Amino acid sequence: MRKSEPGSASRVGERLIGALLFTSGALSIVATVGIVVVLLTESLGFFAEVSPVEFLAGTRWSPDLVPRSFGILPLVNGTLLVAAGSALIALPVGLATAIYLSEFASIRTKRTVKPALEILAGIPTVVYGYFAVTLVTPVLRTLFPEVGVFSAASAAIVVGIMILPMVSSLSEDALSAVPGSLREAAYGVGATRFEVATRIVVPAGLPGIAASFILAISRAIAETIVVTLAAGATPGMTLDLLRSIQTMTAYIVQVSLGDAPSGSIEYRTLFAVGLLLFLITLALNLLSQRMTTRFRESFR
Amino acid sequence: MAPEAVLETVGLGVRYGETRVIEDISLTIPKRRVVAFIGPSGCGKSTLLRCFNRMNDLVPTARVTGQVLFRGRDLYAPGVDPADVRRAIGMVFQKPNPFPKSIFENIAFGLRINGFQDDIGDRVEASLRAAALWDEVSHRLDADALGLSAGQQQRLCIARALAVEPEVLLMDEPASALDPIATGRIEDLIGELRGDYTIVIVTHNMQQAARISDDTAFLYMGELVEYKETQRLFTNPEDERTEAYITGRRG
Repeated sequence: MRKSEPGSASRVGERLIGALLFTSGALSIVATVGIVVVLLTESLGFFAEVSPVEFLAGTRWSPDLVPRSFGILPLVNGTLLVAAGSALIALPVGLATAIYLSEFASIRTKRTVKPALEILAGIPTVVYGYFAVTLVTPVLRTLFPEVGVFSAASAAIVVGIMILPMVSSLSEDALSAVPGSLREAAYGVGATRFEVATRIVVPAGLPGIAASFILAISRAIAETIVVTLAAGATPGMTLDLLRSIQTMTAYIVQVSLGDAPSGSIEYRTLFAVGLLLFLITLALNLLSQRMTTRFRESFR
Repeated sequence: MAPEAVLETVGLGVRYGETRVIEDISLTIPKRRVVAFIGPSGCGKSTLLRCFNRMNDLVPTARVTGQVLFRGRDLYAPGVDPADVRRAIGMVFQKPNPFPKSIFENIAFGLRINGFQDDIGDRVEASLRAAALWDEVSHRLDADALGLSAGQQQRLCIARALAVEPEVLLMDEPASALDPIATGRIEDLIGELRGDYTIVIVTHNMQQAARISDDTAFLYMGELVEYKETQRLFTNPEDERTEAYITGRRG
């Protein structure tokens, strides 16, 4: 018996499904474009009143207290301080974990630990925030009496722990993607397991590792709730991790929660800060993506 | 007088998990001879080769029984460091696998991890010359090794193996990924290395075995069927299975 020709009814159905799928795809693009448009237009309103030079180069952030000042550098400083502190924890530990899992752990250990890491990456960030406030900050205050209720260190430590699974999991993917033939080649000339891991596998997986680092730092920069709860709301040009700072994200939370009237300059700072944050994370994500692509190409 | 044995297996068997790959293989590899292992796919010839430098250790499920003696010492005895074994018994693999580094660094790697320090440049040159690659790459030692042709890459891998001055060179189908011209150059190279090294080569290409080896072992289904001088094996096989394979009736 011949298979029945696709009737016009099923053609219509197929088209309908196609249209539906297209709409879902388009929706996320439209949403992204919409967000960017809103960020841009509201920021334009802000930059009509504050010069971009003052915004980007000013070192005093005081949008609500007279004399007002809109230099975003203290917020950028706070963001970078927390991101750098968290990277200091997450990058080395994450890479070491990845090397262990990829090159040293038994298959059984790897099969247990890898999914566990991925679950860890799925814990709601507010839980981490709570963890910062109730555990890390008190411990810090015991160790360093000068630490207050809020500190960059507490936020950095917890954000570091938060992005750690991401670094180890993605770096492990990068190391596992290094062809086994390279390991064999290195073993073949008398390399030990450690030499194979550090001199061959890690260098070969470096672009992928770098991509995971950048992605993790990007996530640390965008992290909001932990830094709001743990680092405080004191914008400042300090590099002292033991002091309270304010990040760009935490500022956005602060103003969003407050009662800045719509259309006011204070309200518009939200969008200017948001735009800069968006541009920073976008740039980092693009960079990470490029490195991953290059990495895949080199082993084709 | 029988030539001195460099490698000897005694009742050697390998299993991967529950699968028996080779069983009860006893043979000797004489010093400074070229020995070919032939046989159909899955006969265990590569597994046998990989016992000689403990490469099977890298397969978590592999279990080796019996003995492999290198100059009379059991390579699988407790306390033997597989890294030492592999320095003395080098290997060239089926697919060229240069490191994603420069030509120079590909060879210097083995030298550095094995503690050579002073004359690395000279040794790199000597190895490249020994592998008949020097004239083609001497002007671009800093170039990425992955930019070489497949045949050049494989000769680089041979140079890399030679650099650490092994006594034995194991070659696992070293020309199977290469075109006929590159294959010819590898075969010529093996001819040049003969006499300086003991070479054990796995090949699925019987003509190649006939051309380049002094002795040939035929393996079938994990068993050593016949092992003798290459010429005699090909002209006068004793076992019916050997004859069937070399005449193309089986395999």
